[in-house]
Amino acid sequence: MVRRLSVRSPRLQRARRPPPSAPPTTAPMDSPSPPPPPPYPPAAAEGGPAADSQAAELPRLTVTQVEQMKVEAKVGEIYRVLFGNAPNANSLMLELWREQHVEYLTRGLKHLGPSFHVLDANRPWLCYWIIHALALLDEIPDDVEDDIVDFLSRCQDKDGGYGGGPGQLPHLATTYAAVNTLVTIGSERALSSVNRDNLYKFMLRMKDTSGAFRMHDGGEIDVRASYTSISVASLVNILDGELAKGVGNYITRCQTYEGGIAGEPYAEAHGGYTFCGLATMILLNEVDKLDLASLIGWVAFRQGVECGFQGRTNKLVDGCYSFWQGAALALTQKLMTVVDEQLKSSYSSKRPPGDDACGTSSSTEAAYYAKFGFDFIEKSNQIGPLFHNIALQQYILLCAQVLDGGLRDKPGKNRDHYHSCYCLSGLSVSQYSAMVDSDACPLPQHVLGPYSNLLEPIHPLYNVVLDKYHTAYEFFSS
Amino acid sequence: MAPSSTSSEASDEWLPPSRRPELADVVPVTQDDGPHPVVAIAYRDEFREVMDYFRALYFAGERSVRALHLTAEVIDLNPGNYTVWHFRRLVLEALDADLREEMDFVDRIAECNPKNYQIWHHKRWLAEKLGPDIANKEHEFTRKILSMDAKNYHAWSHRQWVLQALGGWETELQYCNQLLEEDVFNNSAWNQRYLVITSSPLLGGLAAMRDSEVDYTVGAILAIPQNESPWRYLKGLYKGENNLLMADERISDVCLKVLKHDSTCVFALSLLLDLLQIGLQPSDELKGTIEAIKNSDPEADEAVDADLATAICSILQRCDPLRINYWSWYRTTISSQT
Repeated sequence: MVRRLSVRSPRLQRARRPPPSAPPTTAPMDSPSPPPPPPYPPAAAEGGPAADSQAAELPRLTVTQVEQMKVEAKVGEIYRVLFGNAPNANSLMLELWREQHVEYLTRGLKHLGPSFHVLDANRPWLCYWIIHALALLDEIPDDVEDDIVDFLSRCQDKDGGYGGGPGQLPHLATTYAAVNTLVTIGSERALSSVNRDNLYKFMLRMKDTSGAFRMHDGGEIDVRASYTSISVASLVNILDGELAKGVGNYITRCQTYEGGIAGEPYAEAHGGYTFCGLATMILLNEVDKLDLASLIGWVAFRQGVECGFQGRTNKLVDGCYSFWQGAALALTQKLMTVVDEQLKSSYSSKRPPGDDACGTSSSTEAAYYAKFGFDFIEKSNQIGPLFHNIALQQYILLCAQVLDGGLRDKPGKNRDHYHSCYCLSGLSVSQYSAMVDSDACPLPQHVLGPYSNLLEPIHPLYNVVLDKYHTAYEFFSS
Repeated sequence: MAPSSTSSEASDEWLPPSRRPELADVVPVTQDDGPHPVVAIAYRDEFREVMDYFRALYFAGERSVRALHLTAEVIDLNPGNYTVWHFRRLVLEALDADLREEMDFVDRIAECNPKNYQIWHHKRWLAEKLGPDIANKEHEFTRKILSMDAKNYHAWSHRQWVLQALGGWETELQYCNQLLEEDVFNNSAWNQRYLVITSSPLLGGLAAMRDSEVDYTVGAILAIPQNESPWRYLKGLYKGENNLLMADERISDVCLKVLKHDSTCVFALSLLLDLLQIGLQPSDELKGTIEAIKNSDPEADEAVDADLATAICSILQRCDPLRINYWSWYRTTISSQT
């Protein structure tokens, strides 16, 4: 199904070419069954007005084009095998290799080789990537739960927050990883090990005068810092007006002319930051400050012919964006009322919705903050998925899985725990995105491959397994 | 005078900290991993020993020359250790160290680890202290990094920060031109161009630059219509100015020109759709073009679409099946607005 790029027409075909997937077997809610892909455009139609001059000499391929073609060739090879197979062989190819993934992940939890020293300041992240991935597979080994709680307690700073290892400076990102890990373990011992008073003080210390957060004492300010801080604060119910102040305005300034969100004002729209920014704005109940239609349009265009997502315009596909981009779009399925209002006002005035500073933050009482994350997940999806949920599953299952266990960025790359976590998170998001309710069991046609591929559902604002979220929510609100 | 920030790595043979006379009085502190460690890394001996000595000085808060040397060693072993970088800054301040030398030190590390948050943050800290005099040197450095990977996110962020905080805008538009000549698909360069034309104090801002930028961008689109970057940039030039976007005939013209050669160009169809949504009154030519594309598909709906925007959505649903869900949704927003 994937067509080879002709050397004579070195165009990035991303937008025009049909996806290499079979036509999806499932129609999204409220949409007709998709028609078969159109015939491949003949070469003569490809040149555009400049074709004549380019026909004379073979156009030089740019770095972007060469890299893209290499990836398309590798992915195409894999998909050609799939579509050359008998249907029963397909089902084998499309299987999630649960046992292998569990073995790879469990091993990492216990022992990591010397080359992992470069992640020595990210050990709570290793805990989260592994434990969350195992939770998605519903395979958390209960014999290590207490050991993880003990280890993370050693990473907790006496003045609040968690560092990258015992004795390291507290850092907002490793704090997010540690708290999400503890929530995923979910025992009373795990949840009560978080020193919330000190955590709150740590977060206040990380707040810049602009309202945005810095990662650690004297550290960098960016959208990640705001997300990790607000997500954790919301999750353990310490979010208040003081912490929230100014964050929404900072993130609004990071939405770019493309529609996505950048790491800091004026930088390039990026999938990771787009998820972080959008989720933060929802947790703050200020999402109406973003231009949502342009954000949705930008993310939707990041899914490419490989069926997976790229992180930025004209960059290569990467399995981890299955979550960052996929979950961003999944979040917007519950925001349609806001989107409709924004569209109405933008069509009747020349100002884009993002410019209307009509955020509800100023009137928000502290007590309400913890509810935003809870109410959001209780809300129904108002529309079906905005990305191709079946195609995305195809990319993850066929291109991101490694036979010996673990998942990866793309064919040709090595597996790692980060990609295992975010590929599986993205797989869960795409399996559940066609359902109206967040925890409803997907229909078989929403799950590519055998139904046993189905993972646990997540709370997409925090990226923790939904059941675990509910336990933590109850624990921290009492 | 301030001590040099070079480490003992200059010596021919590496001497473990435990055998160095200058560290003889230091009692190494092992990592407190507990009785049942998880995600335990099998550190090499060298790594473990350097870290143990570093921990001793870090916990003691010793801001000394030997501490500075040791931080360089730890950074060399793991440049992602933000605690070490933070401590190093405290030591540099306490010793009143030569920050230009420090910049050379961090540049050497950055060249081998160009995608590391801590290194770039350290550079920003230094550049802020060194002031506008350092601007051009920083621009040269990011240029060098971008020549190896023209889309390095950290390098671009640093470059943008230096421009805005310390200056050096003079040749930036020219630099964007150069990068786009090399690779017109480089979206980071388009994004940088947007910063320059909106924020450079030398160019008069977006209002002054818009006209010539539209011409430049239309040229890039016509050369390679399948390149998404200039399409997004073109719309960005009219961000928040829907009326001006509608009034500029070059916008709908470029869509029509592209569609003449490639009737399924998603970017052209998508931009036309946006124009119609904000109230563009379609010309006869536009209506005719869309009608022709619609009729060219024998399987197209028989029913006459209520309006042009809906017709474009139908075409997009057909020719962009990967985004069929998105276009189906887009279609519902049309009917809800009219």
